[in-house]
Amino acid sequence: MLDKTGIAKRIAKEIKDGYYVNLGIGIPTQVANYIPENIDVVLQSENGLLGMGPFPWEGEEDPDVINAGKQTITMLPGSAVFDSAMSFGMIRSKKVNLTILGAMEVSENGDIANWKIPGKMVKGMGGAMDLVASAENIIVAMQHVNKAGESKLLPNCTLPLTGVNCVKKIVTELAVLDVLPGGGFKLLERAPGVSVEEIKNATAGKLIIEGDIPEMVL
Amino acid sequence: MNKIVSGADEAIRDIEDGHTLMLGGFGMCGLPEKCILALVKKGVKNLTCISNNAGVDDFGIGLLLHQHQVKKMISSYVGENAIFEQQLLSGELEVELIPQGTLATRCMAAGYGMPAIFTPAGIGTEVAIGKEIRNFNGKDYLMEMAFDADFAIVKAWKGDRMGNLVYRSTARNFNPVMAMAGKITIAEVEELVEPGELDPDNIHTPGIYVHRIFQGENYEKRIEQRTVRKRDN
Repeated sequence: MLDKTGIAKRIAKEIKDGYYVNLGIGIPTQVANYIPENIDVVLQSENGLLGMGPFPWEGEEDPDVINAGKQTITMLPGSAVFDSAMSFGMIRSKKVNLTILGAMEVSENGDIANWKIPGKMVKGMGGAMDLVASAENIIVAMQHVNKAGESKLLPNCTLPLTGVNCVKKIVTELAVLDVLPGGGFKLLERAPGVSVEEIKNATAGKLIIEGDIPEMVL
Repeated sequence: MNKIVSGADEAIRDIEDGHTLMLGGFGMCGLPEKCILALVKKGVKNLTCISNNAGVDDFGIGLLLHQHQVKKMISSYVGENAIFEQQLLSGELEVELIPQGTLATRCMAAGYGMPAIFTPAGIGTEVAIGKEIRNFNGKDYLMEMAFDADFAIVKAWKGDRMGNLVYRSTARNFNPVMAMAGKITIAEVEELVEPGELDPDNIHTPGIYVHRIFQGENYEKRIEQRTVRKRDN
């Protein structure tokens, strides 16, 4: 089974040379730490930055330089700053190659819910609805089951949706799965030490298993 | 052309109960903190505020929420603002949550003189309820209307008496598109400079969009999430 760092490490392997990547809040933010050094990647932060760098050294924090999670960050050489309209312009016009974000639920047809639990919690959608409505390559980083032990990979989402038919791939503490265009979670890889049976038990939506499922390599 | 006013109190002098305000900033970054403090002091009520977030409990728009001065928030993110979430869930505050890109583009549309825009954001979700959907090239888009705000209040790094503005780093965020969208636009800046000192090639907001400008003193510029790398030694 993977911890959050393990999920971030596995997702980092999906990032290819030359990509512009948008990372959501939470586990996705950690993905930046594991991007292979031999590839050239530019991180987009939807508050208005291309070229996001690591956290600043202690004492060098600048309140005017933050990411979409409101964390202090740095700008790498070659960075560009722009306003919020342009930021979502480059997202809508599909210039951003890969979007990685968290979710509360994903359905077997690729619907995602991640912004609201009616009556209990409202975080707001932030930029997530814009991202999932336009991005062609969306990877979700999430826990396979919630705190109550219930599957978050469902036949249909029960929470208010963020977007429909949009998630392409999911990486959880148990597995890597593709969401097939015709519906269904196709099991691609098992986390170290996790059996196919455990993944079956943790997946409420339609799970497609073909042949031997390899253990993931981190 | 001289748009300089004495300070925040004079800049917001004709903001009245029931007005619709745009407030720039993302979290606490690039927030017009001096005008917000002046609005708290003035005590105007029943405001509609268009702003990406509502600051935190004790800074930014959170201060207006505390004083129950806001009737309606139009935002994309509630996040960690406890008073915002609590007033939303209790029903005291009317809240229209919309996607962040939609928020920015509805401002942009107002500043560009366009009545509406089409965006795929929110299709198939509760954001789409009651809105016109148009299909272009096989994909559905929501029609979203340009905002109509009485005032836009923005924060810039530098400005001149002509109203030209330059923002700094990610404190730019919503400020330029909101500056273009207000019937009256108020800009507070960290530094007022003489006309000519700002390079015309590097002006972010041309002065024509700005009606009032002043230099704020002692910007607090709070950090919401202070994240750093520790030095080894």
